[in-house]
Amino acid sequence: MHQIDCPWCGVRDEAEFKYRGDATVTRPAAGAGADAFHDYVHTRANPKGWHAEWWHHTGGCRQLVKVLRNTLTHEIRQTARAAEPLAAPSPETTPT
Amino acid sequence: MKDYSVWRLLEEGMRGHQGWPRAWREPAPRPAYDIVIIGGGGHGLASAYYLARVHGLTDVAVIEKGPIGLGNVGRNTTIVRSNYLYPENNRFYEKSLQLWEGLEQDLNFNVMMSQRGVLNLFHSDSQRDAFARRGNSMRLNGIDAELLDREGVRAMAPVLDFDNARFPIHGGLLQRRGGTARHDAVAWGFARAASGRGVDIIQHCEVTGIRREGGRVTGVETTRGFIGARKVGIAVAGHTSQVAAMAGLSLPVESHLLQAFVSEAVKPLLDCVVTFGAGHFYISQSDKGGLVFGGNLDGYNSYAQRGTLPVAEEVMAEGIAVVPALSRLRVLRQWAGIMDMTPDGSPLICKTPVEGLFLNGGWCYGGFKAIPGSGWCFAHTLATGEPHELNAAFTLDRFRNGRALDEKGAGPAWWAQ
Repeated sequence: MHQIDCPWCGVRDEAEFKYRGDATVTRPAAGAGADAFHDYVHTRANPKGWHAEWWHHTGGCRQLVKVLRNTLTHEIRQTARAAEPLAAPSPETTPT
Repeated sequence: MKDYSVWRLLEEGMRGHQGWPRAWREPAPRPAYDIVIIGGGGHGLASAYYLARVHGLTDVAVIEKGPIGLGNVGRNTTIVRSNYLYPENNRFYEKSLQLWEGLEQDLNFNVMMSQRGVLNLFHSDSQRDAFARRGNSMRLNGIDAELLDREGVRAMAPVLDFDNARFPIHGGLLQRRGGTARHDAVAWGFARAASGRGVDIIQHCEVTGIRREGGRVTGVETTRGFIGARKVGIAVAGHTSQVAAMAGLSLPVESHLLQAFVSEAVKPLLDCVVTFGAGHFYISQSDKGGLVFGGNLDGYNSYAQRGTLPVAEEVMAEGIAVVPALSRLRVLRQWAGIMDMTPDGSPLICKTPVEGLFLNGGWCYGGFKAIPGSGWCFAHTLATGEPHELNAAFTLDRFRNGRALDEKGAGPAWWAQ
């Protein structure tokens, strides 16, 4: 069971949240072209290791929470409010 | 390679079963092959087998980082079916089911193919309409489908809860030719048959890089040295993003977990595959007596091969809603596989932007039943450089072109498929 430290509510079980995917993608400018929008909608880095992602606290405050989680070990390193940056994971702790 | 037969069994029995050879050879990798397939799971082994049998190409190696068959081919709920709505999907899966029907004779290996029927339950009038539409789509493509009423379902599976207050069973869509197969035997059978035709199966050999010159594949770097190849096929579902990244490709794929469960063994309780239509739950009974069941994805990116408890609880709750007797059984085993999820829930069997590099992946939940059909189509694509008509729609650029095969209408979200 993931335990997610919601910046508004504190530590809560994964069951209160809905996963909303990769938090590193950003919407291209309106005129960026079809390729940029294709990548934005469909292409993902899908890393094995640290992954910045959105979890929606649907069973709590309903805020989107940014989470730095390891996709191999399920360890959660950091959480942040939507507008706050996550610290970059240090490479030596990234499993391969 | 001598065939397995009753005569062979008698012959070996007279000699105390000391004469059985290994089912497949364990050669050292040669410096180069015509075709190298990365991934010794069901799809990679089936592709190699059909390259040899259908296309006569035996200068082929299958490279696997561990022992063969320890990935998703051994981590599924063994269900085989072709009950899809869209013609591109149902024609492809029907080819696969037809290959399943002759697979044991073809491979000379007992894969315990059991056409016990796959029954999809519906629980409302609108769901009946949707299932009738899917059944009609199947029949238009020559696939068997029957719409059963409530009493028809009761005759097949009396163990179900027909009067659940929230989800009463109104009927079911039945594909009698669907069923189950022994998953490990599928990997072993394809490996033995491919090896017997001259394909090299190289275990404990991890690919660490894909070498290219001038935009063209020239081979793969591995933990056992460089292996040259004119063509390379990727069939590593679960880790497709990692291997494709070695060739500089970013894909419309996310890796998610799917859990499966087996109960303690009980006497015969359920002699077909049943899916619960009011949630996402599927169940069958193995020949040993254990009830094999599963449900939805865990719903977050993961390579952990183990799930978390909220989904386990959800699967059990759905199971008890449709088979109340499950509440008295203990779960003996639980595991998870890494699913290559695509944004539309359909697979990829295609060329890539790198010349000579071919991709087989994105199997989402549906990889096991697809194994023979996928091998058949991937072998054709590798051998000829062009897709077979059955996998022509399973391209990477379908997302860019608006030709997604979104069977569930849920896309473009990986975790929603």
